[in-house]
Amino acid sequence: MAIAREAEPVGSLKEVREAGLDREDLLAVYRNMLLTRGVEERGHILYRQGKIPGSFYTGRGNEAGAVGVATAMGPNDVGTPLHRDMGVHITRGVEPWRIFAQYMGRADGPTKGRDGNVHMADDRLGLIAMVSHLPAMLPVAVGCALAFRIREEKRVAVGWFGEGASARGDCHEAMTLAGTRRLPMVFVCDNNQWAYSTPTHLEYASETVADRAPAYGFEGVVVDGTDVLAVYREARRAIEKAREGGGPTLIECLTLRMEGHAVHDDAFYVPKEMFEEWAKRDPIERFRSWLKDNADLTDEEEDEIALEIKKIMNDAIKRADESPMPDPSTVAEGVYATPEDLDTPHHK
Amino acid sequence: MAVMTYLQAISDGLRVEMRRDKRVYVIGEDVGVYGGAFKVTQGFQDEFGPWRVIDAPLAETAIVGSCTGAAIMGMRPVAEMQFADFVSCAWDHLVTVAAKQRYRAGTPVPIVVRCPSGGGFSGGPFHSQNPESSFAHIPGLKVVCPATPADAKGLLISSIEDPNPVLYMEHKHLYRRIKDEVPEERYTIPLGEARMHREGNDITLVTWGAMVYTADEAATQLEADGISVEILDLRTVMPWDKQAVLKSVEKTSKLLVLHEDTRTGGFGAEIVATITEEAFESLDAPVKRVTAPDAPVPFSPPLEKAFIPQVEDVVAGLKDLAAY
Repeated sequence: MAIAREAEPVGSLKEVREAGLDREDLLAVYRNMLLTRGVEERGHILYRQGKIPGSFYTGRGNEAGAVGVATAMGPNDVGTPLHRDMGVHITRGVEPWRIFAQYMGRADGPTKGRDGNVHMADDRLGLIAMVSHLPAMLPVAVGCALAFRIREEKRVAVGWFGEGASARGDCHEAMTLAGTRRLPMVFVCDNNQWAYSTPTHLEYASETVADRAPAYGFEGVVVDGTDVLAVYREARRAIEKAREGGGPTLIECLTLRMEGHAVHDDAFYVPKEMFEEWAKRDPIERFRSWLKDNADLTDEEEDEIALEIKKIMNDAIKRADESPMPDPSTVAEGVYATPEDLDTPHHK
Repeated sequence: MAVMTYLQAISDGLRVEMRRDKRVYVIGEDVGVYGGAFKVTQGFQDEFGPWRVIDAPLAETAIVGSCTGAAIMGMRPVAEMQFADFVSCAWDHLVTVAAKQRYRAGTPVPIVVRCPSGGGFSGGPFHSQNPESSFAHIPGLKVVCPATPADAKGLLISSIEDPNPVLYMEHKHLYRRIKDEVPEERYTIPLGEARMHREGNDITLVTWGAMVYTADEAATQLEADGISVEILDLRTVMPWDKQAVLKSVEKTSKLLVLHEDTRTGGFGAEIVATITEEAFESLDAPVKRVTAPDAPVPFSPPLEKAFIPQVEDVVAGLKDLAAY
């Protein structure tokens, strides 16, 4: 028996309007999902062409979860998105060319070539760069929420993690601190069912990850992670509840990782039927048909958006490719911060 | 100037900074109502309230990890590890997250983690360690090891002011044993500047923390034999004051490094290697280390005494060098 609440799907345009999105917002959500997939698809091609060093990770199948939650965040809210959450960076306004520059290890990427793939963030957009030790970002996000609580600001922190990351102690400690102090915090579990090759029953023994939430003193909710509108509605509820002092929520977005852990991994261990089943629930296709049925998305609009995305991608890759490689003589620079570094929006 | 114990000086530094800067808050186990296991924050919750003196769950990962998040949001957190030994539970948050954030993401992480360290009171393997070299090895972290009450206050204020993650190793054995004059006003002491503890001409002795007092007793004994020992208290091991050590070695031509931490890979190794590289021509004797042996810190008093460098160990080392 699951303990967590199971979120209802979102039906009509009226419901969506009540949840706070007008037609223009819906098209922006659609556009952000396409941009997310576009960046990752084009990145994958660049990787195959040998233009991206290291490895390459995508969040295919997770676009609704990432974009849905980020759309529900307020401009002053902050978050710690992980490597399946490109949609968060896109929705918060990170320019695609900078993401490609990051992928390619160029000087103009957000980390200036010091770190790779999705290990990046623009702190002016309220994001904190992830580390590979994925659940480690949860206590960091909780610390943001603690800062807001100390200063009595109506801001919320969102921390992402996967069902694999949920197995580590960081997750437990973060939820313990957030729960005991009722911090303005939303935990988002991208449950894509595979942690590299490890299936869910070897990561957690409860029926859902969200089932744990009541043990920490807050609500857990499981949402269909391929339904961007349901994700948005639940995220908005949780964020506004946290903002008003109602404490944390754990939202578990159920999806399937539609590719390998990274592009070198063919995911042979995932049953073929599973991929076939979830391919039918592709979050972008799903939302496209919802828009057609409920928000009068026309073929012309669709073509226009597709063309626009294509142009953004082409321009972004070109601009990123023009960015220089970092200067090797700077290898040991910037290890320690200087007092001038504290002259940021957060440190005033 | 007021006379304060080492512990009172730490409290005073923290209080001064919390009064001056609303961004500074304290988080740790039992730091609030109880005032901290060693009473460094006694009375703080009454003065600053429960949201600036935060009793945390027994969760060092969350304590230090949350400090990083709060620091990025503009706060100046000061975390207390109940014992330095427990900082191992927060390793990832110092080494993986905080230390690398400036380099890779450009984000400064101004946090201080206070670590009551060191032995000498039968604390056993888990309440007596000196983990400074582990963290000094991590680019992006700073490590501070004050020896005197005045340094304890000034270095703590500097650590809080510093835009980087700082481990502040306060030696438990000094807490109530060491008393000295401490300026009442706010002041800072630059991180990376050694303190000349005792001037001398024959041998340079580099040390930090509680070992400064062991070194001083040994030097006093050697004075009777006409051997003059110069003691440099490093005060911070990362950054460490290489120039001060080089200058002293150029004068004395002999170097002994003393630390309470274990030998292999201890910070003394770094100092010795650097001096060998950069001042080989100045040396008239092989450099010498006096350290704890490569073992966990034992519990029983005779074993612990054999573990922690004693005055006679330092005297023997200095005499060897003098006779070379």
